[in-house]
Amino acid sequence: MSQKIQQAPIPTIPLGARIQRWVGRNLIKIYAFIAFTYLFIPVAYTFAFSFNDSGKSNLIWKGFTLDNWRNPCGAPEVCNALGNSIKIGLIATIFSTILGTMIAFAIGRHKFKGRSTSNLLIFLPMATPEIVLGASLLSLFLVLEINPGFWPTVIAHIVFCISFVVVTVKARIASLDPKLEQAAMDLYANEFQTFRRVTLPLVAPGIAGAALLAFSLSFDDFIITNFNSGTLTTFPKFIYISAARGIPAQANVIGSAMFFLALTLVIVGQLANRRRVR
Amino acid sequence: MTKASIEARGDLRLTRLTKSYGDFTAVDDLSLTIPKGSFFALLGPSGCGKTTTLRMIAGLEEPTAGSIYLGETDITTTKPYQRPINTVFQNYALFPHLTIFENIAFGLRRRGKSDVKEAVEKVLNLVELPHLAQRKPTQLSGGQQQRIALARAIVNRPALLLLDEPLGALDLKLRRQMQIELKWIQKEVGLTFVHVTHDQEEAMTMADTIAVMNEGQIEQMGSPADLYDNPETAYVANFLGQSNLIKGTISGNDGDSQIVDLFGQKISLPKSRSHAVDNSTYAGIRPEKFRISLLETPVKGNVLTGGRIEDVSYIGVSTQYQVEMPWGQELMVFEQNDDGVAPFKKGDAVNISWEPAFTFGLRGDEDATAGSEVAPEVLDEE
Amino acid sequence: MRKIRTPYLLLLPGFAFLFTFFILPIINLAQTSTQTRIPGGDTGQYEQTLRFTNYFDAFIENREQFTRSFVYALLATLLALAISYPLAYAIAFKSGKYKNVLLVLVIAPFFTSFLLRTIAWKQILGEEGFVVPTLRTFGIISDSTTLTSTSFAVVMGMTYNFLPFMTLPLFASIDRIDPKTLEASGDLYANGITTFRKVTLPLSMPGVVAGTLLTFIPAAGDYVNAAILGSPNTKMLGNVIESRYFRVVDYPTAAALSFTLMVAILILVTLYIRKVGTEELV
Ligand SMILES: Nc1ncnc2c1ncn2[C@@H]1O[C@H](COP(=O)(O)OP(=O)(O)OP(=O)(O)O)[C@@H](O)[C@H]1O
Ligand SMILES: [Mg+2]
Repeated sequence: MSQKIQQAPIPTIPLGARIQRWVGRNLIKIYAFIAFTYLFIPVAYTFAFSFNDSGKSNLIWKGFTLDNWRNPCGAPEVCNALGNSIKIGLIATIFSTILGTMIAFAIGRHKFKGRSTSNLLIFLPMATPEIVLGASLLSLFLVLEINPGFWPTVIAHIVFCISFVVVTVKARIASLDPKLEQAAMDLYANEFQTFRRVTLPLVAPGIAGAALLAFSLSFDDFIITNFNSGTLTTFPKFIYISAARGIPAQANVIGSAMFFLALTLVIVGQLANRRRVR
Repeated sequence: MTKASIEARGDLRLTRLTKSYGDFTAVDDLSLTIPKGSFFALLGPSGCGKTTTLRMIAGLEEPTAGSIYLGETDITTTKPYQRPINTVFQNYALFPHLTIFENIAFGLRRRGKSDVKEAVEKVLNLVELPHLAQRKPTQLSGGQQQRIALARAIVNRPALLLLDEPLGALDLKLRRQMQIELKWIQKEVGLTFVHVTHDQEEAMTMADTIAVMNEGQIEQMGSPADLYDNPETAYVANFLGQSNLIKGTISGNDGDSQIVDLFGQKISLPKSRSHAVDNSTYAGIRPEKFRISLLETPVKGNVLTGGRIEDVSYIGVSTQYQVEMPWGQELMVFEQNDDGVAPFKKGDAVNISWEPAFTFGLRGDEDATAGSEVAPEVLDEE
Repeated sequence: MRKIRTPYLLLLPGFAFLFTFFILPIINLAQTSTQTRIPGGDTGQYEQTLRFTNYFDAFIENREQFTRSFVYALLATLLALAISYPLAYAIAFKSGKYKNVLLVLVIAPFFTSFLLRTIAWKQILGEEGFVVPTLRTFGIISDSTTLTSTSFAVVMGMTYNFLPFMTLPLFASIDRIDPKTLEASGDLYANGITTFRKVTLPLSMPGVVAGTLLTFIPAAGDYVNAAILGSPNTKMLGNVIESRYFRVVDYPTAAALSFTLMVAILILVTLYIRKVGTEELV
């Protein structure tokens, strides 16, 4: 019996069938690869055109140069706009993370009257299109005779970032095992020590993620900014405005640099985090 | 009050402790005393309120009514961190962001103890895991995590250690090994242990005192031998091991014994072991206390005649017989395979006898199947 | 006592902020929407006349853009869902130790400004890009067909820009599924498709709901993609509101349109959440 099996010729699968089987087994990976390609085509394009020796309008490939990277602030206003974006982003991130985290703890850790109303109030800004948020804030500032500019923009950014922070941090709090806090209390930690030694360290990755999300939302925001910034230029606004007469290649340099910077930061953060868990 | 409570020592006393969730009563008017230094087991089926009781003792749940004393100190409303009580949680609840060392040091640091390092190392040696001090909890096996959870609690030298099914997640071999270790550690450090389990064998082998809990109440409390030999309720008789309960009527007295009529046959039962409240009773006998004999063989003690062997199962160390009695009930008999007497065959007509002192008497109005592993009613419903 | 106050104290600063800079503006917006121009006044001067027909006028005048906003947003949402679901699934279940790296890659394009990327699409798909000439060479599109300035380009741009908003919540809920439940389903005689329909999909529903909302809502209010990739024939409600504010300085109409958009979205979202029944999002 066993001899017969040994003697049987090893069946050869035709190449076509093998390819078909490989595709079948890896279909979802192939799909993911295509999706990533779709995501990165414009990023790659932006990166490539940051090396374009284009002069003013960066529309057509004219030749390779490193000049744009050597002198990223070469185009007028671009670095000023970037600086504004970073400043607004940082301030908005700090405030929205603090306010949002407090709300997340209130909703995620306490039972109180008005909890579902609170949830609704958090959900509303997310369900309101940016253009409505921006336009309504602008009308308020006009009524209050506050001129659009830096601080109105910061305020507008905090408004739409808070909800995202709350949702992110709340998810993290919800995934926390309440037994851990009880164990801390059981081991002589009072309410504050329990929060400081157990709850906060365990929720921290969620807060960091929320802050990162808030910063990227703020940094990349155009619509709300456009309504509330008046004459102040941010990086996205700079691009939008210069799109009409041609975007300088320096904008591509900054966009690409931000991309790589963020990538590096996140990966370093991930590695550090992994080491810490270990 | 705050400082005093943490220094409290002595017996743990629960008086009329009650916990309700809405109109459901999880723990119902529970009173008991756990002597200092004892190994106390709380035994009962799933959902009977064991965890709830422990959580109230630990201060993680507020009682609806009743009070908790440790020695002379009332700790009913004391915060968990102000009680000299530590818990080994059902799923360990080790802090994932801290190393094993810091997990164990947690309680000591919160109380500002000075010799943290020394104490942690000592307890790590006690649980035989000193080499794991710098690891994170996720890098430990289930059994190792369990021992760390234990170390994290006992390092604080609490007056009372609460263990909520700490061995539930372990395989049988590790479980047996940990039972021995736990018992040893309890003797070694001399703490009061309150151990929750629904494994009756575990409770029997480890505890000085067992309380059998059912539907939020204590059915009976006593030493393992007490509970086994002289159960007071059908529930305890069936939950701890197996019992034969035969319906009967108390027909008279004979000195220290009662005469009980079991379907026309008279047996005797020590008065001290009778828990009946009126004439109607159940006579209870553990299966291994029975002796089987052929009709012609003379026997002593209590005898029931007219049995017929219905089923024989040989299980090595003993043989298990089902004997059908004239009134239709099947009795379970375990016979040691130690003497040379040939085992009985299916269909043999036999007598059943036993030492009168092994008989226990229950109230006649009880449900004789309460606490059995497979309640017949449940089967009928299918 | 302290226990009862804690949550309110935690909520107070955030909610005070949201009340001042979110609720008040919305109320103000509602007020503006019924104003009319002061007869003989300057541009931008309005008085409250409670003229509710502002809504009617604004809607009639812009119903085409209104419809377009919702149709485009719906298309972009469905496309993003179709692209994101397998992507999120692949990252959650098929990426092994590269899971985190791939996740970062989904978010990374955020940091190249979305405007730069949208303009990149415009140039890639434009007459000078490589796509159009290639397609023409192979005769797939005629010489007169363009890709930019079309509905196709606008929807594609929106799909592209909101893709991470769809992928991340989807990933979060798919990643939470215990692979053992899928194995159990297979063990209980479900084939791949049945397992997906009966186990994977229901368990990932919170992610689907969150993702579709986070895509649909901003898409319905978007005007940047239409402005960059579209033509006057692809204008959305956002474009109208923007131009009413900045070019025409017709605040009441802009406010009426904004308010209508917001209410329409809220109604749709409420119906949607009712239908699919999830509380996890909020
Ligand atoms: N927060 C709660 N709300 C409502 N009912 C509860 C709550 N906690 C526990 N119960 C109920 O109280 C009863 C006792 O629960 P408890 O956890 O004490 O059981 P247990 O004896 O520890 O069971 P097990 O052996 O399964 O752990 C159960 O019926 C349970 O459903
Ligand atoms: Mg329990």
